[in-house]
Amino acid sequence: MSELLLVVTIAGERVALPAAAVESVVELDTLIPVPRAAPHIAGLAALRSRVLTVIDCMRSLELGDTDCSDGIREAAVVELDGHHYALIVDLVEDVVESLSEPAAVRAAMEPGWDRVSQGMVETEQGPLLLVDVAALIAGVEAKAAA
Amino acid sequence: MDDLIADFVAECREMLEALGGEIVAWEAQPDDRARLDSIFRFVHTVKGNCGFFDFPRLEALSHAAEDALADVRAGRRHADGTLVSAVLAIIDRISEMVAAIEAGEDMSAGDDSALIASLEPGAEGPVAPLVTTTTDVATKASAAPRTIRLSVELLDRVMSTVSDMVLARNELARRLRESTTDVPVDGAFERLSSIIAEMRDAITRTRMQRIENLFVGLPRMVRDLSAELSKQVLVDVDGGDVELDREMIEMIRDPLTHIIRNAVDHGIEKPAERLKAGKREIGVLSVSARQSGNQILIDIQDDGRGIDGKKLVEKAIANGDIAKEDAAQLSHRDQLALIFEAGLSTAKQVTAISGRGVGMDVVRSNIERIGGIVEVDSRLGEGTRMTLRVPLTLTIIPALTVSIAGQHFAIPRSAIEEIVRSNGESVTLEHLGGAGVATIRGRRVPEVSLATILGLKSEVDENDRTLVVLRPAGGDVYALSVDRIHDHEELVVKPAAPAVMATSLYAGTTLADDGSPILLMDPAGIAEVGGVKLETLERAARIAEVPAAAVSRATAVLLFRGLDGGRRALRLAVVDRIEEVAAANIKQAAGQLRVQVGDAILPLAGASAAEVGEGKIRLFRLNDGAHEIGYAFAEVVDFATIEHDVIHAERPGEISGVSLINGEPAELVDAHWLFAHHVGTAARASGQLVCRMPRDDPWMQNMLRPIVEAAGYRVIGEDAEGDADLVIASQGEKVDAANAIYLRNEPEPKGKKDDSIYRYDRAGLLMALKSAGGGRRK
Repeated sequence: MSELLLVVTIAGERVALPAAAVESVVELDTLIPVPRAAPHIAGLAALRSRVLTVIDCMRSLELGDTDCSDGIREAAVVELDGHHYALIVDLVEDVVESLSEPAAVRAAMEPGWDRVSQGMVETEQGPLLLVDVAALIAGVEAKAAA
Repeated sequence: MDDLIADFVAECREMLEALGGEIVAWEAQPDDRARLDSIFRFVHTVKGNCGFFDFPRLEALSHAAEDALADVRAGRRHADGTLVSAVLAIIDRISEMVAAIEAGEDMSAGDDSALIASLEPGAEGPVAPLVTTTTDVATKASAAPRTIRLSVELLDRVMSTVSDMVLARNELARRLRESTTDVPVDGAFERLSSIIAEMRDAITRTRMQRIENLFVGLPRMVRDLSAELSKQVLVDVDGGDVELDREMIEMIRDPLTHIIRNAVDHGIEKPAERLKAGKREIGVLSVSARQSGNQILIDIQDDGRGIDGKKLVEKAIANGDIAKEDAAQLSHRDQLALIFEAGLSTAKQVTAISGRGVGMDVVRSNIERIGGIVEVDSRLGEGTRMTLRVPLTLTIIPALTVSIAGQHFAIPRSAIEEIVRSNGESVTLEHLGGAGVATIRGRRVPEVSLATILGLKSEVDENDRTLVVLRPAGGDVYALSVDRIHDHEELVVKPAAPAVMATSLYAGTTLADDGSPILLMDPAGIAEVGGVKLETLERAARIAEVPAAAVSRATAVLLFRGLDGGRRALRLAVVDRIEEVAAANIKQAAGQLRVQVGDAILPLAGASAAEVGEGKIRLFRLNDGAHEIGYAFAEVVDFATIEHDVIHAERPGEISGVSLINGEPAELVDAHWLFAHHVGTAARASGQLVCRMPRDDPWMQNMLRPIVEAAGYRVIGEDAEGDADLVIASQGEKVDAANAIYLRNEPEPKGKKDDSIYRYDRAGLLMALKSAGGGRRK
C-alpha cells in the first residue's frame, strides 16, 4: 500500500514524515519562548488564531540546537491529540509516494534517530527513514520517563 | 448505513439520558401518565429502529418492555416496584447495547430471557412499591427545547473563526488609532466592534449546555445507592436550566458524583436512626445550581448526621497532619475544611461506596484545577452542605497581562487580590535566607519572583518591580513580583500542549490582541514551583493572629451614600481619610473633575459637575500607595463587612459588583478601576519635589508652571504650608530659601552679581530646576 510522504531535511539528513499527519507547511516568524518547558520545546507561535507549540527537531533528536536567531524557519504543522505542533525542519523538499511498507533498519542508528524511527521506506528517491511524529514531539525526556 | 447507525446511537443516548430521571419519577407516581408515555415512546422508538437495522436482541427487549408498558397504559396492569425495576433493568441493558453498537462490538450473543421474564405480571410475587411517599421529584416532565444536532468540531471551527475575527478587529483598531480618521469611519468601526462582541458572546453560548445534562442522572444514581444501603432518600433537583460550558460540565461530573455518594452513604442515616433522632425517615438530598456573577454555584445539601469537626481534628492529629496545640485553635470552619486533607475519613467502616479516605482531596483538586472552589458547611446532627463554585466558562478568562524581561504573560484575574508597587509606602520587601517576604500593610506574605521561577533575567531592579498579590483558588495568599503590569484583557484560553503543561506553571495558552501567543500562568502552579508553603503557612499565620482572624478574613468596607443617593461600599483599606471641601474647589479641569484639597489637586471621582452644587462637599481621599484621588460622597452610613456573595458587574467600570451589606444591596466601588481611570499624569504622586511660586502671578502660573511640573515638581503657592525644595520668585523680591530661582524680564543681566535667569531662557531654567532637584536627592 502506497502512502504519501513528506520529505524534509532535519540536521542535514533527508527523512520522511507521513504526509497524512502533516496539515501544512508554514514559515515561522517570531517564537514566544516557554520558560521551564522541556528543552526541545522551542516556543509558541501563532498560526492564524491557533497557538502552535514549536518543536525543535534537532534538540528532540539530541543533535544540537536549531539556530532560530536568523528569523524565518520552515516548519511542518501536525496535530496530535488535539494540539497543534510545528516541527522545525531545515528544509521541506517534496512529497513522494512510498513504495514499500516500513522495514526495520538493521544497522545501528544514532540514539536520537533510533528513538523516532518507524523504519525504512523505499521511495523513488531511494530509501528514507520514516519518522514517528509523536516520538519527535515527545522528545528525550518523555522517553526517559516512560 | 454507518451514518444511520451513528444517528440511531446518538438519538438513543439522548433519550436515555433524559429518561434516567423520568423512570424514578414514574416509580414514585406510577399513575403519572406523562412519564409513562415518555418511557413508552423510548422503547417504542428503539423497537422501530431495531427492525430496520437488524438488532434482534434489542428488538426483543424493547418489544417486551413495550408490551408491558402498553398494558399499563391500557389500565390492564398496575405499575408496581417489580415492573419498574424490570423496566429499568431492560433500559440499562439497552444502553449497554447501544454503547456496544457505538463501539462496533459484536453483541449478538447473550441471553435476555431472564430480563424479559421478569416483566411478566407476578414474576417475583407481589411486591409493594419501593418508594411510596416521594412526591415532587420534579413535577413537570421537562419539555425539550427545540434543538438541532451539530458536530463539536464545527462549533470549534466557528469559535476559532470568531476569535480570528476579534484579532483582526483589534489589529484594525490599532491601525485606526495610529492614523487620523473621519468620524464616520470611527462610528462604523464602533458598530462593527459591538457586532463582533455580540457574536462572540453568542458563539460562546453555543458551547454552553444546560446543567440538566449533569443532573438527569442523579435521581437514578441516588435511587440505586439508597436501595443498596437500605436507606430512603428523596432527591430534590433544582436549577437544571443553568447553563455551563460543555467542558466544564464534564469536569464537575466526577466531583459532584463523589459528593452525592458521600452524602447518601455517610450523611443520611438509616430510617430507624433518623426516627430516633426525631427526623422524618426519608432523608432529603437537594442539589441545586444557580448563577452568581460569572460563577456557577452548585449546592449539595443533605439533612443527615453532619460532619463531626472534633472527630476530624482527632483523626488529623492521629495522622500527624496537624500539631495538637494548633488543633485547639482551629475554628469550626477550619475543622470542617480538614475533610479535604488527603487520607482523612471519619467513616467508621470502609464501604464499597465511599469512605476510603480518598476522595474529598481529589474532589477539591479537581475543582480547583478548573478555577473553582469547594466549600463545606455542616452542623452535627442537622446536615451538611457542600458548595461548588466554578467559573462559567473555561474558555474566556479575564486576565492581567504582565511582563518579565520583555516577555508577556497572563495571570487570571480571579486569583488576583491586589497589585502593589514593591517600593510603595505600605510595602517592604525583605529576604530571609534567600526567601522573599513582603510586608504589605502589616501583613506578611511570601514573595516569589516570576523572573526567578521562569529562569529569566529581569532588567528591572527588585525594588522597582510590581507585586501582584495572588490567592490561588482555595489556596493562600502570596505575592508575585513582575517587571511590569500591562493591561486587563479578556482572553480566549486554549489548553496548551502536554509538554508545556508538564511544567505545571501554565494553565493554557492564548492570543493577545496583537495576535502573538501568550502563556496563561497557573497561580497555584507558580506557588508550588516557587516553593510557597501554602497550607501550613496560612494556618500558622492564622494561628498567630487569633482571635481576630475570623474577622479579618471578611473584607472590611466603608458603607456610604453617593451624591446621587446610591448605596455604595469602598474597601476600607484604600480610604486614606475623609475631607470636607468647598464646592468651589471642584473644577472641571484638564479633561476631568478635579478637587483642590489643601495644596493638592486630586482627580475627583464619584460626582458629576452637576451633582457638586454649592456649599460643602465631603470626599474620601483614596490612596494606592503612589497616587491619590478624591471620591465625593453624601454621607457615611457604616463600617461593614462583605459577607454575602458579590454579584459582579458585566463589564469593568466604577462599580465592580453588588452585594448585600447589612441586609440591603450596596454597589461595590472598584478602587482599582478608579485609579486606572483617573490617575493621569496630573495625579499627585507622594514624595515629589515641591516648588513654591507666587500664586497670583499669571505668567508664572500659566507659562512657567507647566515647565516646572514637567520637571517633576509639585507646585504650591507662596502661602502654602510645608517645605519647598525650590522657590521661584521675580527679580527684586527676597525669599528665604536654600534654593531659589530669580527671574528677570530683560534678556541681559543687570550686572556681574546678577544670578537671575531670563524668564524665556528655557535651557537655563531647566538647568536650574534640575540642579535644585539634584541638591535634595544628594
